Amino acid sequence: MSFRAEIGRVFGLAFSKSSVAHWWVQRLTAVALVPMVLWFVASIAQLAGANIELVREWMSNPVTTVLLILLIVMVFHHAQLGLQVVIEDYVHTEWVKTASITAVKIMATILGLSSLIAVLKIALSG
Amino acid sequence: MDTRERPLSPHLQVYKPQLTSTLSILHRITGVALSAGTLLLVWWLIAAAMGGGAYTTVQMVVGSWIGQLMLFGWSFALFYHLCNGIRHLFWDIGKGLDLPAAYRSGWIVISSSIVLTLCSWAWGYSSMGVL
Repeated sequence: MSFRAEIGRVFGLAFSKSSVAHWWVQRLTAVALVPMVLWFVASIAQLAGANIELVREWMSNPVTTVLLILLIVMVFHHAQLGLQVVIEDYVHTEWVKTASITAVKIMATILGLSSLIAVLKIALSG
Repeated sequence: MDTRERPLSPHLQVYKPQLTSTLSILHRITGVALSAGTLLLVWWLIAAAMGGGAYTTVQMVVGSWIGQLMLFGWSFALFYHLCNGIRHLFWDIGKGLDLPAAYRSGWIVISSSIVLTLCSWAWGYSSMGVL
């Protein structure tokens, strides 16, 4: 194997478009999540012990609906990216690694979509 | 052959826990725990959309002492991951990387996550009229 081919392979792995994008998106979602998580916790603290009518009324408020949708998208994307890094660090059997990362992506998509549909159903039935 | 003890990467069984390494692994643990905790969020949202008995069940489970305990742990994990995440973001832009600063920010992260957790619970219980 020539040095040229080897260095090309290394650079291809380390600086591929997807790993840089992964790093950036994880940070961007992190920054976006800081105010959104604080808003969410404050809202939940305010809603503690509230009945379902009050919770639905809160979710139907257009501002809340939009913020919840953004929060759900960010949370599940950030979680998927984070879990992927953990899997890449600890799972060394190639097929188990790929299968786990794919399973996490599928789960994040299913859970995220379910949450979005629930929020939209409440918001649109309001 | 050279048989001197050579430096190895941390061997966790014999590695002396330090504030920095403990907080680092705690960031991962809370991240994974919070990912699992999203199940509660999804359950709550779906139950709110379904209404009726489904929502009463969530309220019952979350309101039970074990539910409250889990929610307390979940809220601490959330605040810890949030505060330590901000610490990581500062490191990403090259700030606070020296050892004294890393220890200082570590203690700030611990105390602010505790304070934020307690404040949010005080707020929650006062909304319910318990406090």
